[in-house]
Amino acid sequence: MQLTPEIIQRYHEVMETLGPEELKRMLLDMHTIRAFEERAEQLYALGKVHGTMHLSIGQEATAVGASNAMEDGDYLLNHHRGHGHCMAWGSSAERMMAEFMGKETGYCRGRGGSMHIADVDSNNLGANGIVAGGVPIAVGVGLSIKMRRTSQVCLVIFGDGAANEGAFHESMNMASIWNLPIIYLCENNQYAMSMPYKKAFNIEKISERAAAYGIPGVTVDGNDVLAVYQAVSEAAACARRGEGPSLIESVTYRYKGHSKSDKQAYRTREEVRDWQENRDPITRFTTLLVMAGVITEAEGAAMRDQGVAIIDRAVEFSENSPAPNVADLLEGVYA
Amino acid sequence: MLEMTAPPSPTTTRELTYAEALRECLRQTMSADPRVFLIGEDIGVYGGAFGVSAGLLAEFGEERVIDTPISEAGIAGACIGAALTGMRPVGEIQFMDFVTLAMEQLVLQAAKVRFMFGGKASVPMVLRMPGGSGTGAAAQHSESLENWFVHVPGLKVVMPSNAYDAKGLLKAAIDDDNPVIFIEHKLLYKTKGHVPEALYSVPLGQTNVVRTGKHVTVVATSIMVSRALAAADELAKEGIELEVLDPRTLRPLDDAPIIESVKKTGRALVVHEAVEMGGFGGEIVARIAASEAFDYLEAPIKRLAGADIPIPYNRELEYHTVPQVENIVREARKLAKGEY
Repeated sequence: MQLTPEIIQRYHEVMETLGPEELKRMLLDMHTIRAFEERAEQLYALGKVHGTMHLSIGQEATAVGASNAMEDGDYLLNHHRGHGHCMAWGSSAERMMAEFMGKETGYCRGRGGSMHIADVDSNNLGANGIVAGGVPIAVGVGLSIKMRRTSQVCLVIFGDGAANEGAFHESMNMASIWNLPIIYLCENNQYAMSMPYKKAFNIEKISERAAAYGIPGVTVDGNDVLAVYQAVSEAAACARRGEGPSLIESVTYRYKGHSKSDKQAYRTREEVRDWQENRDPITRFTTLLVMAGVITEAEGAAMRDQGVAIIDRAVEFSENSPAPNVADLLEGVYA
Repeated sequence: MLEMTAPPSPTTTRELTYAEALRECLRQTMSADPRVFLIGEDIGVYGGAFGVSAGLLAEFGEERVIDTPISEAGIAGACIGAALTGMRPVGEIQFMDFVTLAMEQLVLQAAKVRFMFGGKASVPMVLRMPGGSGTGAAAQHSESLENWFVHVPGLKVVMPSNAYDAKGLLKAAIDDDNPVIFIEHKLLYKTKGHVPEALYSVPLGQTNVVRTGKHVTVVATSIMVSRALAAADELAKEGIELEVLDPRTLRPLDDAPIIESVKKTGRALVVHEAVEMGGFGGEIVARIAASEAFDYLEAPIKRLAGADIPIPYNRELEYHTVPQVENIVREARKLAKGEY
């Protein structure tokens, strides 16, 4: 059974802020993210992209729940498994796919690739190839917001692995002492590459670390899009009221390997299947919306096709896009 | 073309120390531009470990003179994030040695963000840090690591050698839309020089011909510039003329005046405090050797650099670890006399 009483309860709580159209768009976004990731994997297998990629299949609820809790003008910093965050933030599938395929029309003109997609115009300050690389940068974004006296909030998303980097400690502490408007969203997908979170931490919940910095910390079901939405909304409201940073641990699971070279010897097929069959974020949300009468089963099924169609167009756009010109190789290093 | 980039003719002969010149630049840029702020360890009430920011907290308040915990990666990250979102931060790393704790943020984030994003973001930040030996601070407080940064596309690297340049180069660094590593020298902080009161810029990427001469070109950085000038005074008594050049900015490097100078003198000596192997001198030597100046060389190009050891504590050992005036005199004399 994918639905739990908590999920149903949460639905009733968020109904006041999210209307049916928003709920439907969130589900479509989750489908589109999954379609993007599945197509990314296919394109890699077909030899149409080089390099590696980090797929977020199974983690769509965290990306969509978090982004929908933020407002226009807010900032995003995210991590290497970041396609979903970027898409949920509102980036165009065409330009994301073009970046993934290394095209001039991509967000980074083919210079960044999968791990560095950024859309500065929408205050998406970029994914990061370094674990916890964006976490200290959030401090500066928070300081800048404070000094510019705006009501913006910075959402920084990182994984469980990043929470064991020294930079995490420095950043959390600075954000706390200066009361900065930052949401630290730890996407705990259970493994830092092959290192199980249970072996890498001697605490039950990563959110417990918030206490060490004197800030609120909460752990939520990261495969329940509304739970993530609710927690991030509360943290954002808190930040906008001038009450400083929060740490949210979003417990989720990646279905695919860490990257393309992962043989996944560190976990069992049964474990993966258990998450897919019992806690899949898209199945859960679809079931919930059908049960609540927001969509029919047929509409739910059609959304998957809509997501695939968006990605079909994105691939077509990318394949028809020009490659970067080698004559421009040296551009863009200095302003 | 050789040009003297001397200070504009002074209306007064006002002198400031190198530290005072830096402070005056910070004060004036902060007064003029609300986006400029300072962030670092003990820069507030304490005034910075070397006193550069003394008094600025009282003048600008805690929001613009931000004392941090001992968190170098956090300081660098704070500068990057603020710079990406419209501010112009000036960070301070208390001793250059400690920048090792912030290398990821500087090398993998600050330097690369713009390029990785297809030229769509800029990181207008300055990170000041004192390098160099001579204070008895031993191996972990005396590093000269400039060439680590010179090796990174996306960063600019500045090393002022005197008070006038310190103020003008810092202004240019703050105005620059790129991350600038601004390396001061501990022994220079108390040295005095003419510094105009009005705010001025010394453009990044302009080598300064500090002294003209016809026998040996000496390319020196940071504190080695004043030592090279002292050596030139000594050798002038023997009729040997040194031409002393100060790149001021290591990246970007303005090598044209260096090449022109070597074409004139036919002899070149490169002097820096950092260890020789992998040091900046190698780049200068390579630029000379690969240029048209090669045909004008009358002697091998020589380097004079720090000994290949960590900086020792004992005063005499420390003294002998890095080039001193007498070392420059000796090397330049040998070059001039063909005794290499």
